[in-house]
Amino acid sequence: MTREEIRGRAAAARDKPAAFGPDLDLAAFHVEPLARAAAESVARERQAREAALGVGVDLAAGQRAGTFLQIDQAVIAHRVGAKFAGRVEVLPTREARDVPWVAQRLWSLVAPDADKYTAAAALKPSGGYCLRVLPGERLEEPLQACLLIAETALSQNVHNVVVVEEGAAAHVITGCTVNRATGGLHIGVSEFFVGRNASLTFTMIHRWAPGLHVRPRTAVIVDAGGTYVSNYLLLGEVASLQMYPFTLLRGDDARARFQAVICGQGDSIIDIGSRVVHEGAGSASETISRAIGAGRSKIWARGQLVARTNRCRARLECRGMLVSAAAAIVAIPELEACGVPQAELSHEAAISPIAEEEVAYLMTRGLTREAALAAITRGFLNVDLLGLPAAIAESVDEVLAATPAGAL
Amino acid sequence: MGQPLLEVCDLSVNAGERPVLSGVCLTILPGEVHILLGPNGGGKTTLLMAIMGMPGYRVTSGRILFSGADITALPADQRARGGIALSFQRPPTVRGVTVRTLLSELLVRRGAAAPSLEELSGAIGTGALLDRDLNVGLSGGEVKRSELLQLLALDPALALFDEPESGVDLDSIAVVGGGMRRLLGRSGGASAKAALIVTHTGHILREVPADRGHVLVRGRIVCRGEPRALFADIRVHGYEGCLACERCLNTLCPGGGRAQ
Repeated sequence: MTREEIRGRAAAARDKPAAFGPDLDLAAFHVEPLARAAAESVARERQAREAALGVGVDLAAGQRAGTFLQIDQAVIAHRVGAKFAGRVEVLPTREARDVPWVAQRLWSLVAPDADKYTAAAALKPSGGYCLRVLPGERLEEPLQACLLIAETALSQNVHNVVVVEEGAAAHVITGCTVNRATGGLHIGVSEFFVGRNASLTFTMIHRWAPGLHVRPRTAVIVDAGGTYVSNYLLLGEVASLQMYPFTLLRGDDARARFQAVICGQGDSIIDIGSRVVHEGAGSASETISRAIGAGRSKIWARGQLVARTNRCRARLECRGMLVSAAAAIVAIPELEACGVPQAELSHEAAISPIAEEEVAYLMTRGLTREAALAAITRGFLNVDLLGLPAAIAESVDEVLAATPAGAL
Repeated sequence: MGQPLLEVCDLSVNAGERPVLSGVCLTILPGEVHILLGPNGGGKTTLLMAIMGMPGYRVTSGRILFSGADITALPADQRARGGIALSFQRPPTVRGVTVRTLLSELLVRRGAAAPSLEELSGAIGTGALLDRDLNVGLSGGEVKRSELLQLLALDPALALFDEPESGVDLDSIAVVGGGMRRLLGRSGGASAKAALIVTHTGHILREVPADRGHVLVRGRIVCRGEPRALFADIRVHGYEGCLACERCLNTLCPGGGRAQ
């Protein structure tokens, strides 16, 4: 698509609601920051660094393969770790639109006219990052990116591209959070390309504020023998969050694993899922989600597995736990196989309360009721499955330990 | 006679809405091991649950004293921290909470004097269980070992065992018995702990000698005595014979005192 075509399609969709989630009036948000110097000022604040750390991004860590930091619409840092020069590229999208490996991929997986949010990202882009791991490079340290909103009512419309070339391997940690902002909108268009026999582990941690609306739009393509692992963790309250990433296992023996841990708190409205299409022979995927419904939160947990080849296997596991009488969880698993009688698709969905007998059992071991509830909800969420670095896992554990019991 | 560790005084308990125990009296001194016999549905598990303070087991009259303090209204966690621990016959599964996670927390609570997790688990051959979720997919023997391991970590003054030998092969009974002796200080070393053990088969008596036995039938304690002698009688006459026995004690522990 030419840029004109992209803009034309986006313009036609500027008022098109998304298929799921609450419809937002984008006029309530502004893209141009009110104070241009504010982002640089925020970047110097200790609280901003701590906010980044709270979503897994250590801006002071020297060992990272690469780092990207954007505050509001300003790119504060983009760098490649000293040991990783020539092995990986880290570019701001704004500056990379004419770089061939970026230009040929922007809007190639996500349609600019998918809905009003992709349209906004196409018409009023405000940053994002492009990461490329060169062929055969297997990065020993993670790449990290932090997208932070500091100004209230801002619409941060980022567009990210991640390319892991043939035979390469990388772990990308992206943390999205706020510092001071009490409301706003984050639109994140992400297009990921996992090459032949390449591996991408993408861990995204969201910790927003009660007034933030979030609309990630992600698509992933995995070539033959490639592996894509997606870890998603939602901590803290959010006004609304809706995403339904699409992954195409295009190549033979392509693999994907999706793990999501969702803590619904306060008045959060969360509509989250994933759609995985199996095209490659021998492709396989596993999708696991754990959702806790606390406070007055409403959670829709979706998942769709599509088989377009006989030789594929996919499994979807969606478990929810309600810890509040005012919360709601809707689990919607879908399986689709047409004309591929050998395909193996399965799903398991369950919503359950905290079992009182489990609480009582732990209390006989001397745990207070609050400690027992926290242990059970933490165990249910099983954050260990994400394989997070120790420092992040510890931070997450603290949040989880404090949250569900207090939300009861 | 010293200060009793546990005094169950004229205790009546409902399990849910159903009356199960009626006027039960029982006294255990520090370091004593008691066994509790009785037919299925007689109220043995209910008595242990009531002593532990499990929800769903409501005391309708009577009192439970522990080290002289009335604990009748205390929740289970406070009783546990006070020194009472229960080994469940069929504990619930707790997904996502590993044996290691729980034990680590229990041992931290005991402070610097606590043994290491590896030492405890090695003592009863439970190393392989440490990273399993609590009671998830465990065999009968593994459940008993896991329960025992938790009690070893808690190191209670009073251990309650609900059928520690049920669903367990003979080899595992020996292991569980060894662990119980260690817990109760019958292997030398640690000071002796008290226990109340529910048993159907009496196999556990070969592993853990008991000081006194009680027979609980239809919610009442109907007989007491030397454990092996009680078992021998019951093997011959059954629990109905026990009820008809002239030694049957219908009015035990007047005034909450120690029944002889």
